[in-house]
Amino acid sequence: MTAAPAKNHEAPAIREPDVTPELAAEYGLSREEYEHIVRILSREPSHTELGIFSVMWSEHCSYKSSRIHLKKLPTQAPWVIQGPGENAGVIDIGDNQAAIFKMESHNHPSFIEPYQGAATGVGGIMRDVFTMGARPIANLNALRFGEPSHPKTRHLVSGVVAGIAGYGNCMGVPTVGGETQFHPSYNGNILVNAMTIGLADQDAIYYSRGAKPDMPVVYVGSKTGRDGIHGATMASAEFGDGNEENRPTVQVGDPFTEKLLLEACLELMETDAIVCIQDMGAAGLTSSTVEIADKGEIGVTLELDKVPQRERMMTPYELMLSESQERMLMVLEPGKEHIAEAIFKKWDLDFAVIGYTTVERRLKLTMYGKEWCDIPVPPLVNDAPVYDRPTCAYQKAEAIDDAAYAALPPSNSPLFKEEGRKRSDASAIDSLAVLIACPDMADKRWIWEQYDSLVMGESVFTPGITGTQNGKAADAALIRVSSDKALATASDCNPRYCKADPFEGGKQAVAESYRNISAVGATPLAVTNNLNFGNPEKPHIMAQFVGCIEGMAASCQALDYPVISGNVSLYNETAGTAILPTPVIGGVGLIPDWSKAMDIAFKNADDAILLIGGTGTHLGQSLFLKEVYGKEIGLPPRVDLDRERKHGEFIRALIDGMLVNACHDISDGGLLCTIAEMAIAGNMGADLRVEPGNNPVAFWFGEDQARYVVTAPMSDVIVAQAKEANIPCTVLGHTKAGSLRLADGGAIDIEKLRTLHTSWLPDFMR
Amino acid sequence: MMHAVVTIMLKKGVLDPQGKAIGHALEGLGFEGVGEVRQGKVITLEIPDGTGESTVRDMCEKLLANPVIEDYEIEMRT
Amino acid sequence: MFTLPEAPLKRLPCERRSCYSKNMKASIIVFPGTNREKDMAMALERVSGRKPQLVWHKETDLGAPDLIVLPGGFSYGDYLRCGAMAAHSPIMREVIDRAAKGTRVLGVCNGFQMLIETRLLPGALLRNKTLKFICRQTNLRCENGETEFTRKLGKGSVIRVPVAHGEGNYFANGEILRELESEQRIAFRYCDERGETGSSANPNGSTANIAGIFNKRKTILGMMPHPENAVLTHHDNDSGLKLFEGIVEALA
Repeated sequence: MTAAPAKNHEAPAIREPDVTPELAAEYGLSREEYEHIVRILSREPSHTELGIFSVMWSEHCSYKSSRIHLKKLPTQAPWVIQGPGENAGVIDIGDNQAAIFKMESHNHPSFIEPYQGAATGVGGIMRDVFTMGARPIANLNALRFGEPSHPKTRHLVSGVVAGIAGYGNCMGVPTVGGETQFHPSYNGNILVNAMTIGLADQDAIYYSRGAKPDMPVVYVGSKTGRDGIHGATMASAEFGDGNEENRPTVQVGDPFTEKLLLEACLELMETDAIVCIQDMGAAGLTSSTVEIADKGEIGVTLELDKVPQRERMMTPYELMLSESQERMLMVLEPGKEHIAEAIFKKWDLDFAVIGYTTVERRLKLTMYGKEWCDIPVPPLVNDAPVYDRPTCAYQKAEAIDDAAYAALPPSNSPLFKEEGRKRSDASAIDSLAVLIACPDMADKRWIWEQYDSLVMGESVFTPGITGTQNGKAADAALIRVSSDKALATASDCNPRYCKADPFEGGKQAVAESYRNISAVGATPLAVTNNLNFGNPEKPHIMAQFVGCIEGMAASCQALDYPVISGNVSLYNETAGTAILPTPVIGGVGLIPDWSKAMDIAFKNADDAILLIGGTGTHLGQSLFLKEVYGKEIGLPPRVDLDRERKHGEFIRALIDGMLVNACHDISDGGLLCTIAEMAIAGNMGADLRVEPGNNPVAFWFGEDQARYVVTAPMSDVIVAQAKEANIPCTVLGHTKAGSLRLADGGAIDIEKLRTLHTSWLPDFMR
Repeated sequence: MMHAVVTIMLKKGVLDPQGKAIGHALEGLGFEGVGEVRQGKVITLEIPDGTGESTVRDMCEKLLANPVIEDYEIEMRT
Repeated sequence: MFTLPEAPLKRLPCERRSCYSKNMKASIIVFPGTNREKDMAMALERVSGRKPQLVWHKETDLGAPDLIVLPGGFSYGDYLRCGAMAAHSPIMREVIDRAAKGTRVLGVCNGFQMLIETRLLPGALLRNKTLKFICRQTNLRCENGETEFTRKLGKGSVIRVPVAHGEGNYFANGEILRELESEQRIAFRYCDERGETGSSANPNGSTANIAGIFNKRKTILGMMPHPENAVLTHHDNDSGLKLFEGIVEALA
């Protein structure tokens, strides 16, 4: 019911701009890259060809700055069916089932138009997953915004959350987890990283590889308009002031059409008509066609007149570069076109045979009776530039003297002085009150209540920490995949750690993911990552990138936790200011019996509260120093990977043995914040004491790694088991109704704690 | 008091999912030959007499319309 | 790698077996954009022991169901008005016809919106007063325990059932409200855990905390909350069971 496609067979007066090195530069191609294109073609490229090279060789599509370093990440394990390189990664979860997942960024578009940018980001990642034959079963979102006081932050939070909700809810895929943080470094570059997990049968997975010559190339989904032309190159350019004028490239998402596309594709996948399939994401028809041609070692000829078009007089350049959403490209078994066509008609979707595969490995495009493009495919893909960008010796943060900070009572914080509190009143409880209500730790119910976390009926643990009977708060979301099994998933990154020490920060992001999955009782299996960094042409940014990757690689290796898919987002800078290095990890694990999975809520009065993994000593880069002292200083805590693995295995064994009735890993905010979250979730207080010989500040707020808090009716057996395994384990106290009480003085009502925890975000958004 | 009527439509060329779905539904009901369908919204404002169109235009730019994807038309009614 | 002793904590109770393996036939109508049909099918199968039939909206044959279900989702993307395009689709004429002949109809969420758009139920469903989509657990007080749908609940009983909607703010003018009240046609009201129907228990601004209503003959129930998401063991809440058990018992 939209504009009829242009049917003029006479070429309209399309005058393509003259191709010059200057135009190439505008499209993001360096002079060397342009000269290489001329060598490949043995002539000057046409405008359409230039456009195709520019998107294929953009950072977004070619990974030219990151590729040589990404190779350092371990991607193999016996349970990995497909590692990086396809639309998404695939792991074996038993019983012929496969979990297919990936995370992807939509940072720049979301900053420009938060609702549509976030919505199309969610739509794009879901398409990546169902392209492979999987039904999406869970979405997560890792969001990072500028400081709350920045004038744009509220508007961006509101738009991004509504956009994610608008798209995910309509698709009927539950949004079950994620994270939201605030930091001034994101003022001009927010991060919207969306992850989707899908479920498929192992013998019915679809790939972009496998096309043979002389097969029909089919276009399905929505019509093509002029949406988002040059989105891929935009995502590869640094923002300058005034670059908000880039707006016309914003695409509008249509979740309804995508829902139809999902159902139609899965229905077609029940037949044997599809040879290979690729979704049209960034760089749309160009990258999908080239991908299929390259992987199949064939060529493709497209008759662009046949592409369903929403607007009149579109040029080949526009058709090839459009990023209109909700479209797929597939190669069908010859003679089976009618099967596919009937299914797509049933779902009211466009269907068109737009070309065919060829023996000769060239990409040829015709339209209006003329040839517009003739590029050899192998060099288009293989000669994409690869840069070993220079790095520099990285200036890590200076170490601080933990003991000196620990010796300062929190009452020295300017925060307490401003509030006019009496110094004698200040205690660990006061610091807790600050931390539990600070933007990064405050309850995010205002956000997750806008997401349908229950649709599909398989959600076991969904967001929920307020103790309002709303979901079950746990370290990872849990989604049932059969009557017994469930997948656990969480997203993690501490960007402040990564900035202070990229290697340790990268290690920690993976380790924390491992811990979150373990804390619900699931075995961590694999991760996807979304590497968000600044301008890679700056050596110190490149050093951050390389450091984080090497840290992640070390953790993935040591924890048997390979990377199976991912996405790189560079150039996240505005006016020369880079974001904190933010390598987000999306982890997935499996628990064979969901009914054993563990949430964080305190259950009964008089349960023992046990600290497993050692006492807190490290305050560098802690949330405590950031929020209570206003300082982002020191080195991050070091991750001991042997201990990480050993403690994780121990925790999983405790949960599997049904010896504990709550479990929470210790991360931001340290031990006392961890316990406070367990108390709020369970509506149950506790009596706690500091282990003798420890300084209370570091004990309560240190962020030492590889640690968990568990509760149990009987602690003896756990203590004994820990001792046998040589794992530090101490009883901190017991659960008790009403309030959190510390033996060294100070107490706070659970109700008050909850109010502090749950008020910040709704008050901020009001 | 006078009135301003603001009609907001998606810009030409921007995908209108709602219009598209309505078009399909009309087709399903047997209405043939319906061309492109586009959906917008109308906002009526009660404003003080003598308010200039430029003020309403300002309201559109700042709040009522999303200039990234929407166009607007203003009708002043005295 | 760790040897652990016999577990001292009890396992959760196993999934209870279907209570009524009787022969209630249910048809769930699937529109483009419907997305809670599987949830509804799991719940009905769990209670009745029989797989409901999923009927694509373009099919004209509804079969001979005892119960027609209009499930939740975003039919036609919720574009124009929620439920409006589905309400005017050809299969809905068949549904209206069956409803007139007494076939029981349950509309949940988007299905409730369709029942309102077809005028099978009175009133209107507006945007939530918060103007935001809300997914949260709510408490519902059963207002009439004498119907086939609510016979196992009983008047005044409180069940916990989640909502997940953007436009569930039920609106009725004084006349309609008086009629609904005098005819005992209010099925559920939002309330707190103790059954009090204050404004703080009202998630979306609905008139008189109304969460669900009947037609005059009590053969049609429309409700915004999702009882189908409060049935299975892993939902950690089987409040919805009694609702479905009541229907199955009555229609079997």
